[in-house]
Amino acid sequence: MTMRTSPFHPKTSALCASYAWKEWAGYAAVCHYMPHSEAEVFAVRSTAGLLDITPLYKLDVKGPDAGVFLSRIWTRDISTIGRGRVVYSAMCDERGYVLDDGTVARIGEDHYRCTSSEPWLAWFLNHSRGFDVEITDTTDALCGLALQGPRARAILKGITEFDMDKMRFFRMRKTTVGGVPAWVSRTGYTGDLGYEIFCENQHALALYDAIVAAGEPHGMIPMGLDALDVARIEAGFVLQGVDYISAKSCLIDALKSTPDDAGLGWTVDLDRAPFIGQAAIRAERAAGPVWDLVGLELSWEGLEALYAEAGLPPHLAPEACRSSVPVYDLDGEQVGQVTSSVWSPTCKRYLALAQVRRPHHYLGTELFVEYTPMFERKRVSATVVEKPFFDPPRKRSVPERPAPAPAEPAPDPSEEVAS
Amino acid sequence: MSEKYDAIIVGGGHNGLVCAAYLAKAGRQVLVLEKRHILGGAACSEEIYPGFTYSVCSYVVSLLRPQIIRDLQLSRFGLHVLPLESTFTPYPDGRSLMRSANPDVTRQEIARFSAKDADVYPLFGKAMGQLARFAKPIIDEKAPDPMSYRPAELMQLLKMGKRFRDLGDDLALLQYKLTTMSAVDFLSEWFETDELIAPMSCSGIIGTMLGVKSPGTAYVLLHHYMGEIDGSSRSWGFARGGTGAISMAIARSAEHFGAEIRTNAGVANIKVKNGTAQGVVLENGDEIDAKIVISGAEPRLTFLGLVGEKELPDDFVTQLKRYKLRGSSGKVNLALDRFPDFVARPGSGMHMRGDISIAPNTDYLERAYDDAKYGDFSQKPFMNIVFPTLMDRDMAPPGKHVMSIFVQYAPYHIKEGPSHWPEKREAFGDAVIDTLSEYCPTLKDSILHRQVLTPWDLEQEFGLTEGNIFHGELSLEQLLFQRPASGWAQYKTPIRKLWLCSSGAHPGGGVMGAPGQLAAKEILMGGAC
Repeated sequence: MTMRTSPFHPKTSALCASYAWKEWAGYAAVCHYMPHSEAEVFAVRSTAGLLDITPLYKLDVKGPDAGVFLSRIWTRDISTIGRGRVVYSAMCDERGYVLDDGTVARIGEDHYRCTSSEPWLAWFLNHSRGFDVEITDTTDALCGLALQGPRARAILKGITEFDMDKMRFFRMRKTTVGGVPAWVSRTGYTGDLGYEIFCENQHALALYDAIVAAGEPHGMIPMGLDALDVARIEAGFVLQGVDYISAKSCLIDALKSTPDDAGLGWTVDLDRAPFIGQAAIRAERAAGPVWDLVGLELSWEGLEALYAEAGLPPHLAPEACRSSVPVYDLDGEQVGQVTSSVWSPTCKRYLALAQVRRPHHYLGTELFVEYTPMFERKRVSATVVEKPFFDPPRKRSVPERPAPAPAEPAPDPSEEVAS
Repeated sequence: MSEKYDAIIVGGGHNGLVCAAYLAKAGRQVLVLEKRHILGGAACSEEIYPGFTYSVCSYVVSLLRPQIIRDLQLSRFGLHVLPLESTFTPYPDGRSLMRSANPDVTRQEIARFSAKDADVYPLFGKAMGQLARFAKPIIDEKAPDPMSYRPAELMQLLKMGKRFRDLGDDLALLQYKLTTMSAVDFLSEWFETDELIAPMSCSGIIGTMLGVKSPGTAYVLLHHYMGEIDGSSRSWGFARGGTGAISMAIARSAEHFGAEIRTNAGVANIKVKNGTAQGVVLENGDEIDAKIVISGAEPRLTFLGLVGEKELPDDFVTQLKRYKLRGSSGKVNLALDRFPDFVARPGSGMHMRGDISIAPNTDYLERAYDDAKYGDFSQKPFMNIVFPTLMDRDMAPPGKHVMSIFVQYAPYHIKEGPSHWPEKREAFGDAVIDTLSEYCPTLKDSILHRQVLTPWDLEQEFGLTEGNIFHGELSLEQLLFQRPASGWAQYKTPIRKLWLCSSGAHPGGGVMGAPGQLAAKEILMGGAC
């Protein structure tokens, strides 16, 4: 047995001119289709990119207790979300360390679908005792595509049964796409206007063809994981295994992160019925969290000066950097580490996500980051800045309601879900 | 007679050679005496059939201590370890399971049996890995003496206690379960699929006269998670050139440091006078004296065979007689004309480049033990198979293959009596081939040569008393400060100037080299030679 291929493979492999593949959750996944990822990065921000997201782990939870059960697993109170809503959340172990982050969609009255970066079937089953729920791993039964970019709505509009102009941010619908039954959610990992579309494996090629046919006139191109990595940093999204490590794979506590440590504190609904890790997170908050995950902007002038010192013009790698480098305070003490960094071609700023010790997490804090222009390790100044780095109004906007929506729009009972 | 040598080492197995190399490196005059025509003891490679090299007995390597590889510069002297890539289990109904080094591939494979077990598998590996980190330092230092009040011994015990406490409550309790439960019970607390539990439980019984459902067998599972190559844990491999290549690399290193090594030089007895070892008498009558004598032979053979009961204290003799050897395994080596296809997954792909385990379910394994309990070899035995020629093309002519089959159970104590093994040897070999043919129907037609080793053969040819491959079972009561006898677990023996450096000493069997190294360290620290 070798690496697996997604049901879209006949299409994606024919398009992948670069032969650049990597492994994602046991699947072969494209890094970039063209010899270079740059065009794909620009497509996400100017037209649209189409990404195969089949390898995401998917668990379906059904039954009268599904909402209550999932509220125990995830840090957010899933029991309160309405049909057709999707939420982003973290999940923790009993000691309050983050296991994973992902989305939970309520796709039916008693039917939820979770996506995650790691497999959690055994974890769900072990915690389902006493709950009237049925848990199914749908990872291998469903395939998915992410269509992300400003033209995404226009592309889908002509081929979906449901009027995409009416779909709000973090909502989902069972509808048809190019005649194929599919679940469409207005979610994504790029921080842009975009959708994630899941269907049963047997419809994969029809779905792909329909989207490509609709997308090509809009300048849509296939997009690989390298471009996604750039976009998700611009959007300020953390990546499990890079910006924080799932507690299940850590041999020592020092490698683990609580939600507050990983910048996921906002996903914790603390004062509610018990959930896994609640007591530990409460205790941590009482004592004061130690770390935070912040956005940093590296000083362009500083970078330019470092390159000039080496006798070089500034060189900016077109892809994101995942190697962690030390972060220092103004006294030269190490106070954290950059976990991801990238030159953002959209923002024209050098951006980084960094885990830093509090109180170095406040906006405007001046820090130094290690940078190596040429063999020698140097330091460049950096400032704690607001995340997301890139947050266009189109991400949330709905044509019929031009006013920018609040952070989490209240559930709309008038919005019915066809399932 | 002049004492030309500082130390004589009885037996040129891998531990004797390691001990010799360390002593030679420290400037001592060392002589190694090996009975057979080749070095390595049970870690040897031999061209039994023209053109085909067998790793006659021991066939994989994992626990060879990294510090030994560094200290003795073994890679410079020819040691190359090729990694084992997977563990493959075929089932009689045509299904199969491959657990490989790639966690995602392994996950998908296990998920075909149970999606839940697929999730749990890496978590189990992580927990065992953490326990192995606790246990591992134990094999790199001498066994502490819990009866002693000497500060050094107390310090060592305290350190061990601290490491145990550092495991945390959950892991400490897991360790407790591991040392008391059966392999199957322990694994069943984690997994629900018998097809997965069965091949995993086998590592708990290798070389032991116990079944996968016998209490105490869970502990040996840990040994599988302690394996390392180049310091990266949980890897198993083949030595290029067969297991004998490891012994040859150690021998060349020992010679490089000045040791003298003689083959075809069997020791008839160890000369003891007034409770002190003086030297050895060879089978040809020659006498050689030395400041000290170090035995690389199995303990019961060393003391009751080479020294003699009358030279030894009663309680020591009693303990030695109680020491559990009772070999339980045999070995079949085949020279093959072509690669045999397994019905469950034909071809010689990645699934064949590791070990193949014939262990379809736990009842199968327990029934194999049932045969052995009452003095028969298993009609349907557990087998662990490797094809070294898939990785090392020097071991057979082009296109031909060597198949190495470890077989359990083949109890030393068959009901007719051990000396009747030669009459049953071929019937045992036939049972192995017949069982394998159910998975591999073309095997019989491709066999060019078959070598069958019974526990009796292991004893007669390799000095493995009762055919025990580890010089004594690796059960808890025979480990640490109990190996080989309580009060004598630090390489010293009741005979002055006689030391023990074999697998019968702490930390035990396997191609580790640790007993040889630790014995040399104790000898040098005490200024014994």
